[in-house]
Amino acid sequence: MLVVEDVRFSYPSGVEALKGVSLTVKDGEFVAIMGQNGAGKTTLVKHFNGLLKPSSGSVRVNGVETKKTSVATLARNVGFVFQNPDHQLFSETVDAEIAFALKNFGYEADVIEKRITWAVNLLGLTQYRKTSPFMLSGGERKRVALASVLAWDPQILILDEPTIGQDHRQKENLRQFIMQMQTQGKTIVIVTHDVEFVAECNPRVMLMREGKIVGDGAGKDILTNPELLEQSSIVLPQIAQVFTRLTSLGYPKNIIDLYEARDLLIEKLEKRRR
Amino acid sequence: MPIIETRNLTYTYPGASRPSISDVSIKVEKGQFVLITGPSGCGKTTLCRTFNGLIPHFYQGELKGEITVAGQDATKHPTYEMAKHVGLVFQNPENQLFALSVEKDVAFGLENLGVSREEMRKRVDWALNLTGIYELRERSPHEMSGGQQQRVAIAAVLAMQPEIIVLDEPTSFLDPLSAEKIFEVIHEFNKKLGITVVLVEHRLDLTAKYADHIIIMDEGKVRFDGDTREVLSNEETRLIGVGIPKATLLYEMLKKDGANLGNVTPLSSDELAKMLLEAIHS
Amino acid sequence: MSVFDGLKFRKVYSPIHNLDPRIKFIYVLAVFVAAIIFSAIIPLVVLFIMQLPFVLLARVQKQWIRSLRGALFLALFIFVINVATNFFSNGYVLTALNVENAAAMTLRFVVLVESFSVFFLTTSPDHLGLALEQSRVPYEFSFAFTTAVRFVPVLAEEAQTIMDAQKARGLELEKGNFLKRIRNYVPVLIPLIVSAIRRSLELAEAMESRAWGATKNRTNLYALKLHRGDFVLLAVTVGVLVLTVYAFFYVHVPTLSHLFGFA
Repeated sequence: MLVVEDVRFSYPSGVEALKGVSLTVKDGEFVAIMGQNGAGKTTLVKHFNGLLKPSSGSVRVNGVETKKTSVATLARNVGFVFQNPDHQLFSETVDAEIAFALKNFGYEADVIEKRITWAVNLLGLTQYRKTSPFMLSGGERKRVALASVLAWDPQILILDEPTIGQDHRQKENLRQFIMQMQTQGKTIVIVTHDVEFVAECNPRVMLMREGKIVGDGAGKDILTNPELLEQSSIVLPQIAQVFTRLTSLGYPKNIIDLYEARDLLIEKLEKRRR
Repeated sequence: MPIIETRNLTYTYPGASRPSISDVSIKVEKGQFVLITGPSGCGKTTLCRTFNGLIPHFYQGELKGEITVAGQDATKHPTYEMAKHVGLVFQNPENQLFALSVEKDVAFGLENLGVSREEMRKRVDWALNLTGIYELRERSPHEMSGGQQQRVAIAAVLAMQPEIIVLDEPTSFLDPLSAEKIFEVIHEFNKKLGITVVLVEHRLDLTAKYADHIIIMDEGKVRFDGDTREVLSNEETRLIGVGIPKATLLYEMLKKDGANLGNVTPLSSDELAKMLLEAIHS
Repeated sequence: MSVFDGLKFRKVYSPIHNLDPRIKFIYVLAVFVAAIIFSAIIPLVVLFIMQLPFVLLARVQKQWIRSLRGALFLALFIFVINVATNFFSNGYVLTALNVENAAAMTLRFVVLVESFSVFFLTTSPDHLGLALEQSRVPYEFSFAFTTAVRFVPVLAEEAQTIMDAQKARGLELEKGNFLKRIRNYVPVLIPLIVSAIRRSLELAEAMESRAWGATKNRTNLYALKLHRGDFVLLAVTVGVLVLTVYAFFYVHVPTLSHLFGFA
């Protein structure tokens, strides 16, 4: 469980990036943290594995206070996949890349081998095990970075802007992957500004603005709240955009799911047809 | 005569075992807004780079077939020649800006072309105003947001006053609101100045409504090429895995269930909402 | 990464910053030449004091003092070596003159270093780049210079991100003996280098697409024009050079020891 209590954080340059943030994420939850660039999203999630320590307030991961714990220790439970895989990849083979963290954490050689096999299978990279990660395509490199973090099976997984540069199919795969991780009981936190992707996943959404959390609730409610949107420069998901114009017909505004939309509309349309 | 025309264009990167694009034959008319889309690796980025000569001059490799851009055979003219007619805006805003101030960056291409200082000043100010960043002209690129940086890159290309502007996934790194603003700017100079636009994008929900012509590629080949509404209402495009706008998908689903919404495929939420209101009120 | 903070140039407007970098550079060269010509302490002190008005007018006192501190270690070293050499070669006798000469050598070193420091502290990278462009330096070099300066903060941030990403995978940079610590940096250096190479490729594409190489006669949006202040500085420079030559040939500069009766 992740508990953040009234955290304030200022960078050495003096900029106050977090102005009193409090939240709790229970085990197995799926949370999307959204907001404008500069709202403090990435600053916040860097507190979850100790990369940043709060200037005041506290962050506790499974009861452990992050202020007094090293990143290496916290990382065993909190896996962080950065936005750009090229900021992580450095090894000669995909195998060596995935083994990196496992070696750092002190796993035995036979366990390492098993974990690598598990991770490459999970992400469809088996045929690339002996390939250099630099020879792979962008999408494949993203999967290698993901595999290298999953390999040590952290309970909490943080993905920073995982949809950037991904095409439709890759995003669909990512969505299914996240669902799969959820069924395994993992806690998933994604930082993103991809409204359509979040609309499809419909997780709990936390909206940030200028270092504070201004909204926290179900995706369909947060993403369709006009005040919140205006403040945080979030665009309405396309389905919701349609329904905003149909309120005169008595429709609710918080529809973000394609199938729900179809079901609601077909009633009225069929009546007209008859 | 089309402003871009290719015939059986095939290109293989040096050392690659397979061509990245094969047998691409397309025509783009002057003043059009063309959208090129397709899954990652389909060849759209490679195709873009043939328009201003980066392929084959910068990348070497093997280029077969014919390509004519703004009346020139792109393979026979060096890139700096083609740059007068075709501007190219890239995906990563940071890696297109070299100078220490915005207006020096916008002037970069003009300086390279040896344009006189008075003319340069005029064009730089014009481009800055068109992209809405005139007040930022003395700032350094590193202090700016991604959206602002991309506007600088677009201004830098506009200043050279090309007939065609090609943009390769210019909003990949931007949030949806900044992306929308960029597309509006592009739409503006397409409609007001008649500059032909070739936009490579995944985000069809934000861009399909601007395009009169769409080209969908897959595995190096052109699969669909034509009017945006016709192509996007074609069921087979779903198989390729492009991000059809949700409004279009919803329309298709409702039609399948028997609703009578007319025959014009909507490309945006506005269009769909209008259709629904009409259908339900009638 | 506080080392790079100094290069994240904040636009400071002062009369000194607005001077033409080319003239400033010529002035610095003149000071350089003068410092080399004189071995006596009095002229060197004069040269040192001459820099103070520039520092104060440009309001860069804090940074200047910081760079002085940096030079202090080496300066002390030079002083000690000079005194020691004199001591041993003079038959284990230390005279006031010897100490004064050692101090003069040290001061010469400080003046040389500090004059360049003042130059860089009072000239923004843009201005410097522009000066390079408008002198006879081939454009490729001034372009390489300004582009490098432009990307320093970007690379610094990237280095920090890469370190974070690897720390998040259990890398402990501070652990282990000296050799191990160096090896710890491999997962940071490789992505940094690979990223730099990718970045260069993207930059090259963008350059080509903006007509790089179209003509040998590149024009420039800005023009460095000489103003009144520049001519004043030029006059001062010429004055310094003339005085130096005159003093060297015709004026016998007394040593401090002599003045105070220690000779």
